[in-house]
Amino acid sequence: MLSISDLMVEVGGKPILKGINLNIAAGEVHAIMGPNGSGKSTLANVLAGREGYDVMRGSVTYGDHDLLALTPEERAREGLFLAFQYPVEIPGVTNVYLIKEAVNAQRKHRGESELDAIDFLKLVRQKLQLVEMKEEFLHRPVNHGFSGGEKKRNEIFQMAMIEPRLAILDETDSGLDIDALKVVASGVNAMRQGDRSILLVTHYQRLLDYIEPDHVHVLADGRFVKSGDKHLARELEEHGYGWLEEQADSGAGQSAA
Amino acid sequence: MSSATAEISALVDREYKEGFVTDIESDTLPPGLDEQVVRAISAKKNDPPFMLEWRLEAFRRWQAMVEPSWAHVDYPPIDFQAISYYSAPRSPEDAPKSLDEVDPKLLETYEKLGIPLQEQKALAGVAVDAVFDSVSVATTFKANLAEVGVIFCPFSEAVRDHPDLVKKYLGAVVPQGDNYYAALNSAVFSDGSFVYVPKGVRCPMELSTYFRINAMNTGQFERTLIVADEGSYVSYLEGCTAPMRDENQLHAAVVELVAMEGAQIKYSTVQNWYPGDAEGRGGIYNFVTKRGACRGKRAKISWTQVETGSAITWKYPSVLLEGDESIGEFYSVALTNNRQQADTGTKMVHIGSNTSSTIISKGISAGRGQNTYRGLVKIIKGAEGARNYSQCDSLLMGDQCGAHTYPYLEVKNPTAIVEHEATTTKIGEDQLFYCRQRGLSEEDAISMIVNGFCKEVFRELPMEFAVEAQKLLGISLEGAVG
Repeated sequence: MLSISDLMVEVGGKPILKGINLNIAAGEVHAIMGPNGSGKSTLANVLAGREGYDVMRGSVTYGDHDLLALTPEERAREGLFLAFQYPVEIPGVTNVYLIKEAVNAQRKHRGESELDAIDFLKLVRQKLQLVEMKEEFLHRPVNHGFSGGEKKRNEIFQMAMIEPRLAILDETDSGLDIDALKVVASGVNAMRQGDRSILLVTHYQRLLDYIEPDHVHVLADGRFVKSGDKHLARELEEHGYGWLEEQADSGAGQSAA
Repeated sequence: MSSATAEISALVDREYKEGFVTDIESDTLPPGLDEQVVRAISAKKNDPPFMLEWRLEAFRRWQAMVEPSWAHVDYPPIDFQAISYYSAPRSPEDAPKSLDEVDPKLLETYEKLGIPLQEQKALAGVAVDAVFDSVSVATTFKANLAEVGVIFCPFSEAVRDHPDLVKKYLGAVVPQGDNYYAALNSAVFSDGSFVYVPKGVRCPMELSTYFRINAMNTGQFERTLIVADEGSYVSYLEGCTAPMRDENQLHAAVVELVAMEGAQIKYSTVQNWYPGDAEGRGGIYNFVTKRGACRGKRAKISWTQVETGSAITWKYPSVLLEGDESIGEFYSVALTNNRQQADTGTKMVHIGSNTSSTIISKGISAGRGQNTYRGLVKIIKGAEGARNYSQCDSLLMGDQCGAHTYPYLEVKNPTAIVEHEATTTKIGEDQLFYCRQRGLSEEDAISMIVNGFCKEVFRELPMEFAVEAQKLLGISLEGAVG
């Protein structure tokens, strides 16, 4: 589904990602953990095609596509979804309007007809239940005046509506209280089916108590320093990131010796 | 030879050179403005004596006035002697009796504008009084309107056929000496539209006029007068387009609305005159005076405008709330892109008791556009229980444009309730990226955000205008971001 090979990325001349390799197969859930500033969000943004990131080396293959050659909207229409760490407010545009445009943009790309109002509403009601949102949510301006928890739930709602092939969740758990976290997690778990792949980017292990990953990778200073299964997350929780960074430093020292 | 004809001959002999700007033969006065020119225009229009006197009075006042400079706009000085004050398609005296008699070139022009005259009769509900340069050339649906007693005709025809109504209401809301441009218009106006809706009549269709500036270096000075008698209702649509020109063109129109007791006038404008090129060359100078008076109890006047064109816009559609419980509304979208400048807003003057007004202004600035909202809410001492709600929102695209808000409040009565809200937002790369990540193209994202920003105004427009307005905003903002 997604194959990242030796990816090096700079921001404003400063190296952030220093050679990332990652393979995500269809239907897998991967978690990327790491301390602040390790490059987690950079990776999420580069995959979604945000401007301001300079890819210096490496390649990303998504399905049959050279992902980095596609515009952000082309990536989205090919089923790549990013749940934003900081969802953007759009005053004046209602949630339901944006989501309708989004769903229809995807359908059009796949050569399907636009959903009629009745089918669309049926789908909306069903997906709202997933994230325990009320219908009045639809008619509020996109993320405008939303609480932190509402914004994150709105991201998951949009994801449920769009039904992506690859969902990247960028620190979706940050700023959530435990109840909101459970709602978000159960929404994501409900989406976990068939060949849909999910990439969770998170600072804390607690999200992984609710969404169990198949693989966990630890990112430090722009490199993956350790990969493992779900147990790695718990180890990290016990020892802290310092433990791994030390390992990385000594590992680097050994190979240099 | 009549004295009018003599006047024209004198002018022609003096300096008039026949020259045609377009393929259509036009009848154009030489540049310059003096009493002779005013008399010549009056003669060309076959004005009755009262009309000539009225023009001359306006001209005398104009001569004593100074061009205003308080607006937040910047342009080189206008040489008022370098402008021609009259241009009309040829032979106005034998005006076409039907569409078949209309110059096919003219029809073609309207075709391009999307108002095919030939199909107008089939168009349900819209009567069009088309103004080409200064003279109305075709009026349709007149018969239907006449059945219910509604008068809808070119201004010059109203002067001839309904002189008493014109005498009674012309200048009643915007007097000759009101301001510099209104005085100029009063002296030299050549045509426009006249509407009279009798007591208790609900006008059975939307009335619409298209203005088009075609002749080079010809100022366009229309005059519109709409009178809604007691308990009547009328909705009037005004749309404007102009072809590309290198030289700036002056446009100074006057619109007067009079609403008697219980009457309602809804006046909607979509203005997309040539805005000049990306470097600010060319474009229309639009200095317009629009004002309505709610003369009786419970009268209501609504102005809705979507302004996307002109190099410079100077325009403050206003309402004088004279009758008790009368209502004034102003809904505006003004867009400036490239080097466009707009200084626009409204004046709501509360005079009667329990009067109320609503102002919703949406300014969009892109490129190097400068967009100014200037509004006055005035509540005089005797106006008990007045209410005003104002909302002024600005949307910025890019970092080289400007948005300015000048709300003036004059409240002389302590029972008044006045609310003002203002916001400024920016269409940022973040918003566009968010929309694109959901699968929208950048263009669709911009149009979605802008239409969302404007929707409170668009929903005041009649349906077909709302659709046109949305398209216009899209066209006007092409390439504005990124």
